Amino acid sequence: MTNSSFLLRGATLADGSTADIAIVDGGITGIGSGLDAFGATVVDAAGLLALPGLVDLHTHLREPGFEDSETVLTGTRAAAAGGFTTVFAMANTSPVADTAGLVEQELALGEASGYATVQPIGAVTTGLAGERLAELGAMASSRARVRLFSDDGFCVSDPLLMRRALEYVKAFDGAIAQHAQEPRLTVGAQMNEGEVSTRLGLTGWPAVAEEAIIARDVLLTEHVGSRLHVCHVSTAGSVDIIRWAKARGIAVTAEVTPHHLLLTDDLAESYDARFKVNPPLRSAEDVEAVRAGLADGTIDIVATDHAPHPDQHKDCAWPEAANGMVGLESALSVVHAAMVDTGLIEWSDVARVLSEAPARIGRLEGMGTGLTIGSRADVVLYDTRAARAFGVESLAGKSANSPYLGRRLPGRVVATFHRGVPTVLDGRLRPHDEVVAGQKAVTARG
Amino acid sequence: MRHLLSTRDLSRDAAIHILDVAEDMAQTQTREVRKLPTLRGKTVVNLFFEDSTRTRISFEAAAKRLSADVINFSAKGSSVSKGESLKDTAQTLEEMGADAVVIRHGASGAPHTLAASGWIDAGIVNAGDGTHEHPTQALLDAFTIRRRLHGDVSRGRGLDGITVAIVGDILHSRVARSNVWLLSALGARTVFVGPPTLVPTHLDGWPADVSYDLDATIAASPDVVMMLRIQTERMNDAYFPNPREYARRWGLDDERLARLRPDTIVMHPGPMNRGLEISSRAADSPRSTVREQVANGVSARMAVLYLLLSGERED
Repeated sequence: MTNSSFLLRGATLADGSTADIAIVDGGITGIGSGLDAFGATVVDAAGLLALPGLVDLHTHLREPGFEDSETVLTGTRAAAAGGFTTVFAMANTSPVADTAGLVEQELALGEASGYATVQPIGAVTTGLAGERLAELGAMASSRARVRLFSDDGFCVSDPLLMRRALEYVKAFDGAIAQHAQEPRLTVGAQMNEGEVSTRLGLTGWPAVAEEAIIARDVLLTEHVGSRLHVCHVSTAGSVDIIRWAKARGIAVTAEVTPHHLLLTDDLAESYDARFKVNPPLRSAEDVEAVRAGLADGTIDIVATDHAPHPDQHKDCAWPEAANGMVGLESALSVVHAAMVDTGLIEWSDVARVLSEAPARIGRLEGMGTGLTIGSRADVVLYDTRAARAFGVESLAGKSANSPYLGRRLPGRVVATFHRGVPTVLDGRLRPHDEVVAGQKAVTARG
Repeated sequence: MRHLLSTRDLSRDAAIHILDVAEDMAQTQTREVRKLPTLRGKTVVNLFFEDSTRTRISFEAAAKRLSADVINFSAKGSSVSKGESLKDTAQTLEEMGADAVVIRHGASGAPHTLAASGWIDAGIVNAGDGTHEHPTQALLDAFTIRRRLHGDVSRGRGLDGITVAIVGDILHSRVARSNVWLLSALGARTVFVGPPTLVPTHLDGWPADVSYDLDATIAASPDVVMMLRIQTERMNDAYFPNPREYARRWGLDDERLARLRPDTIVMHPGPMNRGLEISSRAADSPRSTVREQVANGVSARMAVLYLLLSGERED
């Protein structure tokens, strides 16, 4: 398939209207009814929802260093299968992405993949060690144009270092994405602290350990006039604090993961380590609160925290297992189940929380406008009426640590276009050589 | 019985049945020849990832008196200390033909993982997992209480209406966690007593009351006082200021011993810190069941292995 023009015929837009979408040379050239194909490949999109390509602000691609879990290629394949066209790659690789050279290497690996745009996130501190600032400015001015910095996996717990980081990134419109976890309150923590952890004899991870850091950080952000992004908000108390901070005009944004929108801590009763994640699955009340926070805009976006692990790190006793779940392939269906089917948000909100807002928070140039003429042709076609038993065959990355295996999830990604190049058609990933050739052609013409 | 992982899933009838079989086992232990042929040809593996000589030899004695072959697998100096996973260890034992695996593990839930994994077909007995449960300890405790209460006419009876005070480090205690569910199934009431730092914060829905005051608990005249071992390293984590203060407020000293009702039973799962959570006089008094608990442990474990390995298997 070398044609670089596509006409998506009769798609349903997020606002409910029906339109054809014309894609030429990587850009959207027309949205309207009865568009002429002009020799383009016609894709029948009747009855399918067209959303702007999804943007994940929180992905672990594991390369370099942990290629037995995931590589940039396999991770971006998982992204494409889930309807994502851009992923922000977390810095906790080995070596850690804490220099200009390393973030440029990550960017290049993404370009070589072609399945999705990889936007590197830089480490806040050298080696994620929490001791001194990494070369934030060099990463910002590198070819990778890093604007988001995070020690994710670790909390920048030193208040003075956090203050300095927040101040420093003001120089280039950056933001600090904080993994909010007070380390002393979570020593040896295995799961949400509550009745279930007490019963299972697993050391608790109390909600206050997240809330105390968020409270401190929004106050620091206000004090120095900077920009804070809170990763994976998981508790009702955190939602309250962020709501308060936004009402005060503090420049804070927040994300929630799909799994915190759907799953609860009682799943640990099986001691099945697929449900072990950090921050941990919380109570039903917390799930209700993060859903309400996402619906009312307190929480800005959904981000996957896609965290692949090889089987041997999950196939063991719970306390010995690694934290994390893969999430790219299931994210849209989980948001569909938790937020749309429950009537809490509309599809236009899904376009906002899974595409437009994360692109803006991450300061992606020229993106975040949704499906508009002249924008980059990142499009996903989604069958909202489908339902599927989610199984290993639904996964496209290297690891199978999904908490949804065996569950029934609504919806199905039918097609994904990244820079106008199909990465998924008829629900199946396109071959890598074809994707690479398509991207080369677009780059040459662009 | 397919596995014994937790007391929480034991019904009253199932619990009483195990205790009654333990009575039968105890009776055989008064005979001149104490060995029964019941489990001849069966292989029981004691898989101990944590050191616990007391529990291991109790299970070993139980299995041997039922004529089972016993293999002791201790993690120290074995392939496990060289990094072998639980999965590979389990699959090795499966290939060697283990019929039952008695597992002690530092990780809460390891016996559940083993039972649910499909790595091994053997019946799994939880011999203590992390800070989760220690079901055979609860069974031997209930057996001991029932015998003290009802003597020779214990069979078929529960522990209805009695109050058991469990005193000490409830937060980290697998003994307390197994006892609370079993005592509740048998109709007894549990009171957790200890410093607030060592009593779990989240006990919603648990069949237990909480007290921070041992003297008030004693004044309410409990039928059983079960003292738990205090790990002195808890001190370094600021759970309490020092052993002296702990003993003064939550230790069963001679003065508190004197205030107990004459028929109140004093229990301790061992090993004891004499002078810290329990005074020597309390430990050695006629109301103390510390030594009976050890003997009854063998009978209770014989009952569990018997029910696991003889007769029809329910999958």
